[in-house]
Amino acid sequence: MSTRGDMAAGLKTTLQRVLIPVAMALVVGGLILLVLGKDPLDYYGFVLQRSLLRWGGAQETVTRMAPLLLIAAGLIVAFRAGIWNLGGDGQFLLAAVASAALAPALAADLPRALNLVVCMIVGALVGALWSVIPAMLKARYGINEIITTLMMSFLGTSLANVLIKLVLRDPDTTVPQTRSLGVDDRLPRLFGTTIHSGLVLAILAVILVHLMMTRTAFGLKLQVLGANRAAAVHAGLRVERLTIIAFALSAGLIGLAGAVEVLGVWGSVRADWNPAFGLLVVPLVFLARFNGYAVIGFTLFFSALMVGGESAARRVGVPQHYVLVLVALLLLFLALVEYLDQSRRKPSAA
Amino acid sequence: MINDATQAGQSTEAPRGAPIAVAALRQVTKRFPGIVALDRVSLEFHAGEIHVLLGENGAGKSTLVSLLAGMQRPDEGEIVIGGLPVVIDSPRRSMDLGIGAVFQRVLLVPSLTVIENLMLGGSWLRSLARGAALRRFDELSVLLGTRIDPDAPVSGLSLGEQQQVEIMRALWRDEKLLLLDEPTSMLTPQGVADLGRMMRRLKEKGVALILVTHKLLEAYEFGDRISVLRLGKVAGDIEPQRLQTMSEAERTETVIRLMFGAADAGAVPDKGHEGELAILLGRKLRRANSVDRSKPATLSARALVTMPDFAETPLHAVSFELWAGEVLGIAGVDGNGQKHLAEVLAGQRSLRQGRLELAGSDITWGRVPERRQRGIRYVTDDRLGEGTVGTFSVATNLVLKEIGALPFWRHGISDWPLIHQSAREQILRNDIRTTSELTPVGKLSGGNVQKVLLARELDAEANVAILNKPTYGLDLHNQRLALDRIVAAAARGVAVIVISTDLDELLEISDRVGVMFQGSLAGIVENDDDAGGKVRRLMTGAAAE
Amino acid sequence: MSALFTEPFLVSLLFGAVTAGLPLLLAGLGEQISEKAGVLNIGLEGMMLIGAYTGFLATYHSGSFWLGFLAGGVGGMGAALIVLLLCIRKGLNQIVIGIAITVGAEGLTSLLHFVQFSRSYPRLAAAPIFAVPAFSQIPVLGQGLFSHNPLVYLSWVLVGMLTWVFRSTYLGLSLEAAGNKPAALDAAGVDVVRTRSFAVLCTGFLAGLGGAYMANVGAGLFVPFMTGGAGVIGIVLAMLARGRPLWVLIGAALFGASLAMTTALQVAGIDVPTDVVQMLPFAVVMLVLVIFARHSMLPSALGTSYVRGER
Repeated sequence: MSTRGDMAAGLKTTLQRVLIPVAMALVVGGLILLVLGKDPLDYYGFVLQRSLLRWGGAQETVTRMAPLLLIAAGLIVAFRAGIWNLGGDGQFLLAAVASAALAPALAADLPRALNLVVCMIVGALVGALWSVIPAMLKARYGINEIITTLMMSFLGTSLANVLIKLVLRDPDTTVPQTRSLGVDDRLPRLFGTTIHSGLVLAILAVILVHLMMTRTAFGLKLQVLGANRAAAVHAGLRVERLTIIAFALSAGLIGLAGAVEVLGVWGSVRADWNPAFGLLVVPLVFLARFNGYAVIGFTLFFSALMVGGESAARRVGVPQHYVLVLVALLLLFLALVEYLDQSRRKPSAA
Repeated sequence: MINDATQAGQSTEAPRGAPIAVAALRQVTKRFPGIVALDRVSLEFHAGEIHVLLGENGAGKSTLVSLLAGMQRPDEGEIVIGGLPVVIDSPRRSMDLGIGAVFQRVLLVPSLTVIENLMLGGSWLRSLARGAALRRFDELSVLLGTRIDPDAPVSGLSLGEQQQVEIMRALWRDEKLLLLDEPTSMLTPQGVADLGRMMRRLKEKGVALILVTHKLLEAYEFGDRISVLRLGKVAGDIEPQRLQTMSEAERTETVIRLMFGAADAGAVPDKGHEGELAILLGRKLRRANSVDRSKPATLSARALVTMPDFAETPLHAVSFELWAGEVLGIAGVDGNGQKHLAEVLAGQRSLRQGRLELAGSDITWGRVPERRQRGIRYVTDDRLGEGTVGTFSVATNLVLKEIGALPFWRHGISDWPLIHQSAREQILRNDIRTTSELTPVGKLSGGNVQKVLLARELDAEANVAILNKPTYGLDLHNQRLALDRIVAAAARGVAVIVISTDLDELLEISDRVGVMFQGSLAGIVENDDDAGGKVRRLMTGAAAE
Repeated sequence: MSALFTEPFLVSLLFGAVTAGLPLLLAGLGEQISEKAGVLNIGLEGMMLIGAYTGFLATYHSGSFWLGFLAGGVGGMGAALIVLLLCIRKGLNQIVIGIAITVGAEGLTSLLHFVQFSRSYPRLAAAPIFAVPAFSQIPVLGQGLFSHNPLVYLSWVLVGMLTWVFRSTYLGLSLEAAGNKPAALDAAGVDVVRTRSFAVLCTGFLAGLGGAYMANVGAGLFVPFMTGGAGVIGIVLAMLARGRPLWVLIGAALFGASLAMTTALQVAGIDVPTDVVQMLPFAVVMLVLVIFARHSMLPSALGTSYVRGER
């Protein structure tokens, strides 16, 4: 039962804990650019303009949010349950390939809506299936899932390439890729923009995950598991089952992200394509402290950064991968701010 | 003379000349968030003397030990070693100053051997000097009268032997001051006697010993000098001269006065403290037995066997029966299978063999949810590690074992307002001291965390309750509260099992007492006048006569 | 199939196994030191990458390969310094920082490479090889195992050295205590933070060294993201080796062989798609994990930070 004063103070600290890491990351990132002879203001200005201030760019930014939001939803489920699902890239890619292969094949026989729904479900299932081995190894034998999911990710990426180049290859193209899904068969656009309806699905998913975690018994069980495994056992929770379900849910959402990206934007998967969103979304989820609504805000910010950064190489001379540096800085400053916050809260006991 | 905290210590004439103060604390103060652990404490420690620091849990004894051991630093005051003020800012420094410490928790590396543990601390790039270490090991073995294989892995030693290794480590470099923090809590009666012998040998050698304890009888048995700590202050101390000449009644009265601060000597402590006194003095306030054994037993265990796991002793065919309204105490030195017993009954651990029945129906195969549904409750000794989730609120912890069930969850959706309201009621009813029901449980004091656990488990639907070390680490007041609640539950008809290493506590509240020894129930005795002696014999593995 | 066991195939396989396996060996040994002391270095991949870049730069500008190796090691240590300051001294979450280091290294090295070389990929001269006298004359084995850059032989010696350090020195005891029960080490008067810091710096050096070898000797150039999972394999090797350096060597050899399989097969005239062969090491790891699931052993205090006197 907090008073208005408490809420205002709470809001202020939350804003501080969020804005400070972001600001510091941008500043230090800018310094790095400066040292390398680039003008940071130029870069940030360009990114802002390209991604948000122009209609075309803004649409691209919002479109880019769709897969990121779904991945974020998947990571919220996993991290809250204490599971480090770092295999997002593999889950994403395999699901993308699966739906890219299936959709054109079914397009002739099924109405568009049904085809899309089926392919999205298949994508989610493929993603979830790819997490079964790490999930079982963790649930049964306690094997560290960081390692197993990373391994499966590398495996998955290679497998996806093998499938594209050897099995699912479109014979008509020179560059190896899956058969293309016709533009009319893809996810419908929203209100005359170039943004596809997958975005709505993604936003819904994030909100649903948030509600699940905070308002349902299942969500609370996952939180107990993540906070204190021994207590979960003590409380009679079925820890093995919960682990596997959480894993499947997480990987399924990430798989869905892959399917949506293909069905909405690309229509096909080219060999050696790997946007590697899996690790990039991690700091966003932490920044938002696993709150679904906050995640949407951060994803918008990050999306803009990515979309803007992609063309910055040609225009401003800063390669696209610079964004990775910003992500790393975000994580570092986030961890630092958390630490400072905590040590301010408990006056020193030494 | 009995010294008051306000008088400076006056050394009276001792037969062999004035005792040498090896170490001293002068006006030392140490604060932690929310409490003052030590408040202007001044003490002196002399060579060849066993100085007992007596006080209940929370009085500041362990803080004092950690200051001398270099784990913490004082906020005010100074520590004096050999006449010179020093700053002890690390365990290494403490060792360099000639102080050795043995803590309550065993601090040995389980994957290394005894001699490897003792060699820890050498300069890095040298290869291990096993020969020299073995020589020192033999020397200390003779001094302390121990017989341990230096190449044995520590994980295979009994708790008593591990403690002996710790004492060796504390004396490795000829330390002059030895700190022992509650050393007897893990020992068999035999082990306690061995420890006593060891301490006397060291005393003769001129080592200054500090023995920290909350047990009065131990203080008398081993102490040459007793200082009583109360709420972070030295309530008073009793010098060797005086201690030797006092009668038991005088000693008891003095200590009571110091610990409870009664206005004048000889006054009977007020009613409020009677229960606490009983705990302190080990006087048996046995409750009236009224268990009706004519009806069939509520809980019946037959030949329970569990799988060994690397940490705890497994069960070897444990059988017993338990009636409604009865308190069955389970005594025994820690690590003889009690943990497995508790976990098996609670459903956290599966049985390898055996049969468990509740009111006639077979419950052998259920796990925690099924056991809970039938009214079986478990208060774990690991309060913050497994009993609660420290970062969750008190309210959430109170419903932790009922996630998904009515009335707090309907169709899987949480009714948080109801959960919080119910929590507020429980907080009031159980006198849980917390700012609100939303406070994270980790912020509560030990006693209040235990109140949360007791409130959660001893609810209206409980019909069997298993409690593991329910009063461990609590101050006298909260110990009394916990014991009262347990007895009240039994009076309501709950069948209760209390596992504890404190025999006096068990003798106070139990109808029968069973003893765990090496995974078996060595015997169950009625709690009559001979019970204490019988139980002690059973604890050593001999048959009860 | 008979083309499989011809001399050119075997030589190619052995040589390739050693070349590809060496970065894995160094990274694995480095990670083993950290893990023994209770630190989980997820950022190993990042340390290797930074070492690869600094090593490449040093050799590119100076022409000296030994300088390159040194620079690689120092670069890796620099990244390890972050772990030291933030995780070991301050107690921040090791996993989050590890991800940050890897992602940051990927971004930073590709950024620097772009700034320095734009889209070109300058090559280094071939790395010096030292053919061990007599041994290198043995058929097949001689060319496969004993005609390598001297760093390879030094690394083999390192395996023996580490085995000795772990088992017979005070440092080995301290590391083991730091990983299993840091409170016991503290009570024995040894600084836990210092022990872990030392371990982490060693890891950084070895990982960076491995990265430098990968760039300078293995490939002869630097390509962004070139480590491609080597760091992760290093972590797995350390986990499966259960504290024994020799097993890291065996594991690295096996993985090196599977990585070298493509080229070797091509030499034998068998054409298998690169991607399939690339899956091999990871598939083998997963298989090993699944089979030996019950036996992987990690120190109990792994990943947790130690704070003295914490209640």
